[in-house]
Amino acid sequence: MLGNYAIVEGAIAAGCRFFAGYPITPANEISERMAQRMPEVGGRFIQMEDELGSIYAVCGASLAGKKAMTATASAGYNYMQEGIEYAVAAEIPIVIVDVMRQRGENFPTQSDVMQARYGAAGDHEMIVLTPSSVQELFDLTIEAFNFAERFRNPVIILSEATISLMREGITIPNHEELRIVNRKKPIVPPSEFMPFRGEEDLVPRMSEFGDEYKVLYTHNPHDEWGKIAWTPKLYEDLYKRITEKIASKADEIALYDTLFTEDSEILLITYGSEARGCIEAVRMARAMGIKAGLLKLKMIWPVPVKAMTEAARRSKKILVPEMNTGRYFHVVKEVLGCSAEVISIPKNQGRIHSPGEMLQEFRKVA
Amino acid sequence: MENPNLKYIRGRRLPHMFCQGCGCGQILTALLFAIDELRLDTSSMVAIGGVGCSSRIPAYLDMYAIHGIHGRSLAYATGVKLAKPELKVVVLTGDGDCAAIGGNHLIHAARRNLGVTVIMANNGSYAMTGGQLAPTTGQGFYTTTSPRGNIERPFDICRLVEAAGGTYVARWTTAHPASLIRAIKEGLLHRGFAFIEVVSQCPTIYGRYALGISDPVKSIEYLKENSFTKEQAEKLSPEQLVGKITVGKFVEKHLPTLEDKYLEMEQRVIGV
Repeated sequence: MLGNYAIVEGAIAAGCRFFAGYPITPANEISERMAQRMPEVGGRFIQMEDELGSIYAVCGASLAGKKAMTATASAGYNYMQEGIEYAVAAEIPIVIVDVMRQRGENFPTQSDVMQARYGAAGDHEMIVLTPSSVQELFDLTIEAFNFAERFRNPVIILSEATISLMREGITIPNHEELRIVNRKKPIVPPSEFMPFRGEEDLVPRMSEFGDEYKVLYTHNPHDEWGKIAWTPKLYEDLYKRITEKIASKADEIALYDTLFTEDSEILLITYGSEARGCIEAVRMARAMGIKAGLLKLKMIWPVPVKAMTEAARRSKKILVPEMNTGRYFHVVKEVLGCSAEVISIPKNQGRIHSPGEMLQEFRKVA
Repeated sequence: MENPNLKYIRGRRLPHMFCQGCGCGQILTALLFAIDELRLDTSSMVAIGGVGCSSRIPAYLDMYAIHGIHGRSLAYATGVKLAKPELKVVVLTGDGDCAAIGGNHLIHAARRNLGVTVIMANNGSYAMTGGQLAPTTGQGFYTTTSPRGNIERPFDICRLVEAAGGTYVARWTTAHPASLIRAIKEGLLHRGFAFIEVVSQCPTIYGRYALGISDPVKSIEYLKENSFTKEQAEKLSPEQLVGKITVGKFVEKHLPTLEDKYLEMEQRVIGV
């Protein structure tokens, strides 16, 4: 199946019933298949006039009770930061696919890893998933909706031209086998419902347009009743809750795979399509007697500190290969820089490191 | 005795944040009269605004509301209406929000005949930010960003919406409360894209600095004196109409809405 189609099928399996998009390569196949599939499953599709239109239509549909998604590529993702900021503040569950592409060209890249986390204005946390195969595009799209619904926060699927336009065989489980999360509904009458009061998990329950709860959604500072109000302490508490609801669960929700990390002395930390060549490189290194290991991140934000620390506990050298100028390297260095030498291995030519190239890097440091 | 329309105000909480003499209070009042006279069920309504003085009106209404990002009210509305066509969506916006930063969403929502009611206050300036030049500011007028007089031509937004495909288009002013309430009622009942422009006074900024009128009553009198009905305007030359306000209903026609067409297509797909 084509990578972009796997995103669509994953979204539908997760319960997505609204999609708005604006044409951009290499994300077009997502819109095209959504246009085909949404009416078949009782969902709604619209091609909006621009990316701003898409992100806000998706916000509106989610507030009306639909699981909603949009998809774009780097240049279009820039525009969407404005709406992502709103969805954070008003706590709207939405999913955004960014099929990363090079500036002005459609070559593969991983250069939006920082924008995906920090692009939106204002205090926020972001959940960013980094699939490396067509199967993972399917699986992680379901996870993206589950996280969005659980945390009432935008979730980003950071795809790449490489995998979105790749065809691979995938396994689609029966629907009953899938774990699907839905937003928590109010359980008290409207007069008692505080739409922005976090429960134990800091996430508030969520009503939907058309019911009796008549909530006001705003990105202005608001109290637990949703009333626009400004006091310094209220503002501080609001954004403490909105960020902590995710930050406090960073290790619990982390998604990653490991290979030979039990005794690895040289550890590769990688994500997305870069992981594909690295797996082979680590196996080749092991065959040559080099104690190499791999930590493949399927979620780069929030930073999986525990997973990194555990995988790196015996490693003195950490290599961070990326298909950009070396961005996530800085994050790894912040986490592991005190206990190991963290080395950036950037390759910014629109193609991933080959296993042979990575083997060369192992040899340099072994 | 309590104002009977107070039941439509969120938490029955007043006063509002609008300046004394601002037209936004009158627009809010006109909307409440329209809702009351039509006996609409507010639990199936959603009010949406962007940013600006008039965009703050949704926050006062006792119904689901989005106080959104500047210019994007019609983009939210598109998602809401398509997701749940049974909802009645009313968009409260201003000339900057709707016709400048949100202009693209405006023309495309009108083109699609999205079934929403748009009430656009036009006070000729950006009032919340301190009185900057708007696309609706008259030629020659002084604002904080046109300190030597506006060199640009103002936008006739009703004509824009008509050209883009809006199926109900009307303009009134805050000096025509009865006509305004009637137009809002027609707009709320209209099945399709209904656009009502309300030329409104800003005694605090535009009135005081551009027109030299800071008295609210005189501001409203100014609107009344400078308004012509559509029929009167037809007899005047373009020169005579510079700086004047043409009021009336310009368009009322019935065409399938975006959501009607979508549901029709959905039925065909599922039926196959």
